[in-house]
Amino acid sequence: MNVNKKLTPMKEQEPHERRNNFFEVPLGYTKEEAILEASRCLQCPTHPCIEGCPVHINIPAFIKAIKEEKFDLAIDIIHESNLLPAVTGRVCPQEEQCQAVCVMGKVGDPVGIGRLERFVADLDLEKRRKGEVTVPKKEKDNGIKVAIVGSGPAGLSCAADLSRMGYDVTIFEAFHVAGGVLVYGIPEFRLPKAIVEEEISMLSKMGVKFVFDFLVGRTRTIQGLFDDGFKAVFLGTGAGLPQFMHIPGENLGGIYSANEFLTRVNLMKAYKFPEFDTPIKRAKRVAVIGGGNVAMDAARTALRLGAEHVYLIYRRSREEMPARAEEIVHAEEEGIEFVLLSNPVRYIGDEKGFVKQVECIKMQLGEPDSSGRRRPIPIEGSEFTIDIDEAIVAIGTTPNPIIAKTTEGLKVGRHGEILVDENLQTSVKGVFAGGDIVTGAATVITAMGAGRLAAKSIDRFIKGEI
Amino acid sequence: MFKILRKEILGPEMVLMELAAPNVAKTAEPGQFVVVRVYEKGERIPLTIADFDRTKGTVTIVFQKIGKTTHLLGTKNEGDALADVFGPLGNPTEIESFGKVVVVGGGIGIAPIYPISRKLKSKGNRVISIIGYRAKDYVFWEEKMRSVSDKLLISTNDGSYGEKGFVTDVLKRVLEEEKDIERVFTIGPAVMMKAVADMTRPYSIKTIASLNSLMVCGMGMCGACRVTVGGETKFTCSDGPDFDAHLVDFDELMKRLNIYKEEEKLSFEKWKEEVK
Ligand SMILES: Cc1cc2nc3c(=O)[nH]c(=O)nc-3n(C[C@H](O)[C@H](O)[C@H](O)COP(=O)(O)OP(=O)(O)OC[C@H]3O[C@@H](n4cnc5c(N)ncnc54)[C@H](O)[C@@H]3O)c2cc1C
Ligand SMILES: Cc1cc2nc3c(=O)[nH]c(=O)nc-3n(C[C@H](O)[C@H](O)[C@H](O)COP(=O)(O)OP(=O)(O)OC[C@H]3O[C@@H](n4cnc5c(N)ncnc54)[C@H](O)[C@@H]3O)c2cc1C
Ligand code: SF4
Ligand code: SF4
Ligand code: FES
Repeated sequence: MNVNKKLTPMKEQEPHERRNNFFEVPLGYTKEEAILEASRCLQCPTHPCIEGCPVHINIPAFIKAIKEEKFDLAIDIIHESNLLPAVTGRVCPQEEQCQAVCVMGKVGDPVGIGRLERFVADLDLEKRRKGEVTVPKKEKDNGIKVAIVGSGPAGLSCAADLSRMGYDVTIFEAFHVAGGVLVYGIPEFRLPKAIVEEEISMLSKMGVKFVFDFLVGRTRTIQGLFDDGFKAVFLGTGAGLPQFMHIPGENLGGIYSANEFLTRVNLMKAYKFPEFDTPIKRAKRVAVIGGGNVAMDAARTALRLGAEHVYLIYRRSREEMPARAEEIVHAEEEGIEFVLLSNPVRYIGDEKGFVKQVECIKMQLGEPDSSGRRRPIPIEGSEFTIDIDEAIVAIGTTPNPIIAKTTEGLKVGRHGEILVDENLQTSVKGVFAGGDIVTGAATVITAMGAGRLAAKSIDRFIKGEI
Repeated sequence: MFKILRKEILGPEMVLMELAAPNVAKTAEPGQFVVVRVYEKGERIPLTIADFDRTKGTVTIVFQKIGKTTHLLGTKNEGDALADVFGPLGNPTEIESFGKVVVVGGGIGIAPIYPISRKLKSKGNRVISIIGYRAKDYVFWEEKMRSVSDKLLISTNDGSYGEKGFVTDVLKRVLEEEKDIERVFTIGPAVMMKAVADMTRPYSIKTIASLNSLMVCGMGMCGACRVTVGGETKFTCSDGPDFDAHLVDFDELMKRLNIYKEEEKLSFEKWKEEVK
């Protein structure tokens, strides 16, 4: 058989252009391109790709539908397992999941499963915009109230499945919009907020209720929710507590956690200040500390806010960077300067309390540590400084302790993660948890997988089966 | 949406609003605050819960118009609605039967100190209240404060009402005259709280300050509100807002309050142009 070994390319905004705007970088496939890419799928009988997807989308089936131009069928197949394909098609680390195991990968590029998913999802959104909506089928309402805490991918998928089963579902969200990291963390140029909003609006159409400005643990305790008549609770509250390095000068003006920086820009739209009221510093020389997706997002956002130099300071080497390969390449193309094998030791400020320099120490790689990555060791006497007027600390987040602190008997692990059994039930009966709050910072699709599993468990719990 | 049920002008640039926010009112306690967003494009600002009524489902805020957001909020009237009222946030003030206590409130800080004094009183404490205003025109809630105090001392900076001077001048005398003061509570501008802390330190009287750091989220996920307390970084919104005033790095707090001076000015000027 004569199949193209190469992935069908997708158009992107040019680096010199996109570094000045917040528009999306990859532009999506046309119909022709999508059909061409779909024809590369071998429809293998073993279809390892399905196992590779944390929510087990029937990948060969939806790709076949694209190839046969049955786009409605394709979206229906995806929707059976994934409620937010326009999101996952954009932000899934496909190269580590479905595409990592694709058979085509043995002879050339794996099939662009994520890109195809995005294509059908975008087509579907376009139809919805024209009012041609099909609300997913639902069981008859059973009137049983279930509370979902947090509207990130975990909470949303749990809510969708329970709603389809006929439950009366309410999502309680602390912020004023739904989406979790999808709206406050991942930047506009990777995931347009309008798309997130459109995908989520389907839930309201299905009858899911949203209550915003509601912090469980403060506005109401978990016991309070049971007292209000909810029969089960799902916690999908994410891993939002930002970590700092606790080095001298870290509280100087101009130093942000990545969470604060991205929340100001994405959620509060500070990139449109002063049209929007929330301010953000427009710095010229920015240091971003970290090497993950969050660090890449922060660095590329700082660039778009007008920085002339953005230094990405990472203590290991490029090979160990946890960020997605595609994002590292995007960052590099846009002109992010990588300062590798280096670690900040202190910040130096001016008399008004603003950061003006970061002092770093050079690192070398030693023996592999428990994570299997080689451990960075500081090289004595190798300190050097970089002039900066802003720093963004992106060294990770852990679960926020508010719920654990206010819920009697809720067991948590060493990093504050909520402990669950195989059904995702916590140590408190009727309280389930999933997503980043359980696993620590992970991915959108694993959080969605957890939400779906929890929905099944909650249904069984209500029916007295667990 | 959160409706404004009552609006009252308390003095120059000082406004009270009673808001319909049943979820907040149901669990609010003295010392907690809300994060308010006035409209779609607005920023999130923290305001202390100055009072609440669980049966009516309302919370009361009292604010001073200083920049764009508080001025904009001040233009809203009874019947208007705010985009968001999020809370209650922060830890309630720890209130027990301590014995003799002193509360020190300055300016707009008198509003949040009221529910604390009320609860202190109801727990059987002997409450000495020291409240300070800029001038006579600025005096508000005097009677409310009197009703929850065993002794009420008032000062104004210019001497136009009560004693002339700062609350710390009054506090100095009280510390000299009164014995067995078990605890001091203070809310007001950072400089004032710093001065209060400096004054009670030699007496080793535990002093609690309610900090007013800049905030974004109000729930412990951004770190905008970080302060150094006893050499450790804490988040005002989730670890506080009350801290041991003797351990707070007030100089850092004051510097951090000024981070957005330029942007705030720009935003306020632009707004003044728009409403002209
Ligand atoms: C900048 C950034 C970039 C990322 N990029 C990618 C990517 O490219 N691909 C990928 O797959 N993953 C990425 N991730 C990770 C991914 O976004 C998360 O793993 C995923 O969002 C976790 O989903 P969740 O539902 O568990 O929690 P979250 O998305 O964190 O949602 C939790 C929600 O709960 C709310 N909440 C918290 N506490 C309470 C409470 N007490 N009461 C009420 N509500 C509460 C929060 O406000 C929030 O809305 C990224 C993360 C970040 C921060
Ligand atoms: C927990 C908490 C409770 C608060 N309670 C009240 C209250 O009950 N009543 C009230 O009037 N104010 C209160 N504040 C302060 C209030 O949040 C600010 O006045 C408000 O954010 C100013 O917004 P603005 O846009 O009007 O002014 P901006 O233009 O943002 O600020 C103008 C100037 O005011 C100062 N400022 C800005 N934000 C704050 C802040 N958070 N705290 C102190 N000074 C600030 C800065 O020095 C700034 O330069 C509280 C703050 C906190 C953290
Ligand atoms: S959801 Fe993610 S892992 Fe699953 S098929 Fe789509 S892109 Fe692949
Ligand atoms: S493994 Fe690759 S080629 Fe095979 S069915 Fe899945 S997507 Fe198609
Ligand atoms: S305001 Fe965000 S952590 Fe306190």
